[in-house]
Amino acid sequence: MDVLLEPLSFAFFQKGLLVATLSGALLGFIGVYIVLRGMSYIGHGLSHAIFGGYAAMQLFAAQLYVLGAGLWGIASAIAITAVARRSRLGADAAIGVVTTASFALGVALFSKFGSSGPAFDNALFGSILGITNTQIVWLIAVMVFAGAVVFFRYRELLFTTFDPDVARASGVHVARIEGLLMVVLSLSILVTLTVIGVTLVAAMLVIPAVVARMLTDSFGRMLAISTVVGSACGLVGMYLSYYAGVPSGTMIVLVGAAVFLVVLGITTLRRHSHRIIVDDHAPARATVKA
Amino acid sequence: MTNAAAEPLVTLDDVSAGYQDVLVLHDVNLTVRQTDFTGVVGPSGAGKTTLLRLLLGMLDPVAGSRITRPDLRVAYVPQLETVDWNFPVTVMECVLMARTEHRVWPWPSRAERRDALSVLDRLGIKDLAERHIRELSGGQQQRMFLARALLREPHLLLLDEPTSGVDVNTRHDVLHLLGDLHQDGMGIVLTTHDLNGMAAHLPHLVCVNGHVVAEGSPREVIVPSVLEETFGARLEVLEHLGMPVVVDSAHPLRSAG
Ligand SMILES: Nc1ncnc2c1ncn2[C@@H]1O[C@H](COP(=O)(O)OP(=O)(O)OP(=O)(O)O)[C@@H](O)[C@H]1O
Ligand SMILES: [Mg+2]
Repeated sequence: MDVLLEPLSFAFFQKGLLVATLSGALLGFIGVYIVLRGMSYIGHGLSHAIFGGYAAMQLFAAQLYVLGAGLWGIASAIAITAVARRSRLGADAAIGVVTTASFALGVALFSKFGSSGPAFDNALFGSILGITNTQIVWLIAVMVFAGAVVFFRYRELLFTTFDPDVARASGVHVARIEGLLMVVLSLSILVTLTVIGVTLVAAMLVIPAVVARMLTDSFGRMLAISTVVGSACGLVGMYLSYYAGVPSGTMIVLVGAAVFLVVLGITTLRRHSHRIIVDDHAPARATVKA
Repeated sequence: MTNAAAEPLVTLDDVSAGYQDVLVLHDVNLTVRQTDFTGVVGPSGAGKTTLLRLLLGMLDPVAGSRITRPDLRVAYVPQLETVDWNFPVTVMECVLMARTEHRVWPWPSRAERRDALSVLDRLGIKDLAERHIRELSGGQQQRMFLARALLREPHLLLLDEPTSGVDVNTRHDVLHLLGDLHQDGMGIVLTTHDLNGMAAHLPHLVCVNGHVVAEGSPREVIVPSVLEETFGARLEVLEHLGMPVVVDSAHPLRSAG
């Protein structure tokens, strides 16, 4: 019990635990759409792009960081979508150009004007030091927004994710829905960036959703499971990072990876045993039984 | 008597369309009415799916114009090959996508569930409502999308190869069901590769191969000259019980001997 309670005596850990759990939930939630659309690379790209804005704002106007980096992220998202639509290069190339440039700019700004070192590492791998109440408020606000978008646009989002062409023919404003999703994604990355870290956010968008997909065939249940798995990874990872003395993001992602492996193992085993039962009825393979 | 049913739902006026820079369909003139029950035939890659996408408004014309009746509600049953069967949705979740517009709550109302179940029941797959979409047979998957389309209560129903890969009885069932829907006043356009089992039974056919080769009743268009221009192969046509029957006698090995 002490193991769980002791770190809680530190205010910074309390905040960190709260932010990590909420961040995991938010990324797990949004990640379902990202994974099912095959857009994991966009999460990866956007987090790097937002880093540029984050760096710039940290150095020049830290108070306005959410606003600045948020606009930066949304601008990158729009730039990516626009470049991908217009050119024959496709989205992955567009992201390669837009986001690495933005990331490079962030690194350059940090190295030139900032105290590279801890602050820099924290931004890359996540940290729970210096989490402000404002940040927590922003995180909760984005969660409410993301929840509201999914709640009120549930069918549209599902339909455009499953089958955008038929959705469009059925009167769904597919482009508008996709734009909305990109805004939610940018904001989600932005508010979870500090605790998870630029380089690791994309992993937390993917892992809970993939785990949830292995556990259910229903879309509604996948959303719920992914959210729970994400928040659990945040919670457990935060404790582990405290005791291991490593950046928070790394442990959260490692817990996620461990959960993934366990679930993969269980579902593979279950499918395997299922197949053997099925084989019992298959005359062609009756020899297996012997 | 109103003539609303005979009013055009969609009109394609000298339409050309394609993907990127490649035109797939040229100068198509076609009018679809609520009284129509039309089959689109043509070889693979002829542009049948593309034509449906044009009618649906999924694809915009590169040249020419597409005019639709303002209040038109269309529904689409896609070719099964184009569907992501790994996507995590149950049959019920999939069918309810038909009711996407104008709603507040994400979950279905009791009335919506009842409507969905009654459509599934009509198609004989009510018991499969909670199954994952991949756990259905080809014919059942076809009927699931048909259920989704019908739940929209469309004026115009477009189906892309609704009977590919289903057995003879399922094909008859689908044909009869579509016949009933047509009787009830729904416009229907479908594509098919099955000239004898499907196309010959429809009131109206459009032969496509990059352009509209011919249009008319099966007796008018299932004739050797039109088939040759459409499919690029010589096909013999016999008559059986007053219906044309295409015989595939163009055997390349035989011509060698
Ligand atoms: N999304 C796409 N992007 C680029 N080209 C496409 C696309 N869809 C179809 N095509 C091309 O357009 C042409 C017509 O395709 P379409 O799908 O309309 O043929 P089809 O008559 O439906 O064939 P099938 O009987 O095999 O279904 C083909 O040459 C195809 O390669
Ligand atoms: Mg086709």
